[in-house]
Amino acid sequence: MNKYFHSVVLEEEKCNGCTNCLRRCPIEAIRVKDKKATIIKERCIDCGECIRVCPYHAQKSITDDLEMLNNFEFNIAIPSMPLYGQFDVGTDMDKVYQGIKDLGFDYIYDEARAADIVAEVFKEMVKDSSFQRPIISALCPAIVRLIQVRFPSLIDNIARVESPMEVAARLAKKEVIEKFGISLQKIGIFYLTQCPAKVTSIRKPIGISESHLNGAISITKLYGHIIKNAKKIQNNETFQKGSPLGVGWARVGGQSYAIGVENYIAVDGIENVINVLEEIELGKLNNLDFFEGLACTGGCVGGPLNVENPFIAKSRIRKLSKIKSKAKKINKNYVKMLQDEGYIGWTENIYPKGIMTLDDDMKVALEKIEKIKEIAGLLPGLDCGSCGSPTCTALAEDIVRGFGNLEDCVFRMKENMKKR
Amino acid sequence: MSKDNIGLNLEYEVLRNDFTKAGEASSNIKKILTQLGINSSIIRRIAIATYEAEMNIAIHSLGGCITVNVTPKEINIVALDNGPGIEDIELAMQEGYSTAPNSVRELGFGAGMGLSNMKRCSDKFKITSQKGKNTRVNMIIYI
Repeated sequence: MNKYFHSVVLEEEKCNGCTNCLRRCPIEAIRVKDKKATIIKERCIDCGECIRVCPYHAQKSITDDLEMLNNFEFNIAIPSMPLYGQFDVGTDMDKVYQGIKDLGFDYIYDEARAADIVAEVFKEMVKDSSFQRPIISALCPAIVRLIQVRFPSLIDNIARVESPMEVAARLAKKEVIEKFGISLQKIGIFYLTQCPAKVTSIRKPIGISESHLNGAISITKLYGHIIKNAKKIQNNETFQKGSPLGVGWARVGGQSYAIGVENYIAVDGIENVINVLEEIELGKLNNLDFFEGLACTGGCVGGPLNVENPFIAKSRIRKLSKIKSKAKKINKNYVKMLQDEGYIGWTENIYPKGIMTLDDDMKVALEKIEKIKEIAGLLPGLDCGSCGSPTCTALAEDIVRGFGNLEDCVFRMKENMKKR
Repeated sequence: MSKDNIGLNLEYEVLRNDFTKAGEASSNIKKILTQLGINSSIIRRIAIATYEAEMNIAIHSLGGCITVNVTPKEINIVALDNGPGIEDIELAMQEGYSTAPNSVRELGFGAGMGLSNMKRCSDKFKITSQKGKNTRVNMIIYI
């Protein structure tokens, strides 16, 4: 497999070389060269900011198609939590799930059910003072990758707990094998996703060696089909669903609300998350119990592969998460058993990604920094992006790294022309 | 660059009571040290030490300057202000002791942990001060 798989890719034909995405990439991973944007693969964390801002829809997320279901005898769909926010409050989710099933799936496992279980694990973690504070949730894969790239000293703060998506896949398999006696190899599991970073996580998992999912299909692709199907449905199954608190994970703050932790900070929007991680790195939040950072506005409801406006979806999720539930409480011993059997925890360590390093030899790196300072002094400092690098400093870095020229700067070019 | 002074020199001015700019030095240093490929836990100590130094100058002094010398062996940080100096350094070093005015505490600063945090983050820490003159903090962190 490709060393750097990314769900977020660029369609060259559609790109007109504008600089909208250039400036918005939180880790300066985009360059515009020869009137086309390119993504530096080593850097990209699949946060999807570029997808959101591209006026030409040239940035997109690669997801799977329904044809993939033909590869398996028995297919399970895992509808993601934000799917609840795509429909009006009061919508019969059983009909929605039946509509999904009718697309060719044999079984539905609501991701919110797994969120309920993961919440129990977090409840215990928060009580245990031996975990380094603040405990950082790993729900958002883009944030985990952001920490690897920009905040490596906080890696030990990340809770080594799988996201509800993976836990759901494992539990769904277990359930299907127990109920139907189907062998593992014949089962295909697909996530109905709002999120490109999750798609990447299935191919290139973080914290585990291999994902239990076989693919991900975007909500955008399925939305129309689901609605069409749901309208026709008369008799449908009753599907087991997560609790209102589990559904609430789809919005920012939902995890903390479900865990019942008081001393928490929940932040949405990747730039905001970066600002708070800076504060955490400075040791200013060492007494904070739980940090929930989500790359998208509003949380997962803001994922670029959703259909509904994030604020509308968020409001619906908030209402849904506050409905009084008659659902049975999850048995602590059951959760403990799942943990012991490896359904929930990470098995692999994650490491810093030293992609910003200028050279392995520090003496050389020091010289390069001097050079960057020198070149940056020759640039106007307007950060206009016309050169194709996101800022003047970034252009100076690119030049030193061997990917740019001083002549790329339009202001310098203008000056040179005047001189002639 | 002379031979006995291999490395990078960085200089940051810190203005009195300017909390919008304070913090810039530490985040800038962090970026540079990341580009040098220095271990992240060392970078974090340096960032905290510099940040606290910036804050101290902004809160307690008439303004000053932070200079950082980076060599492949160590990072040498000097925080020098323009006064008014510390009367009792031993007392100032105590955790929780603070002379910060209420206006500053209301902003969430001035908890009396600055100097002890700086010391904790450094491998070598030296503070000298002359009442009525200035304060100089020198921190060395080995790479």
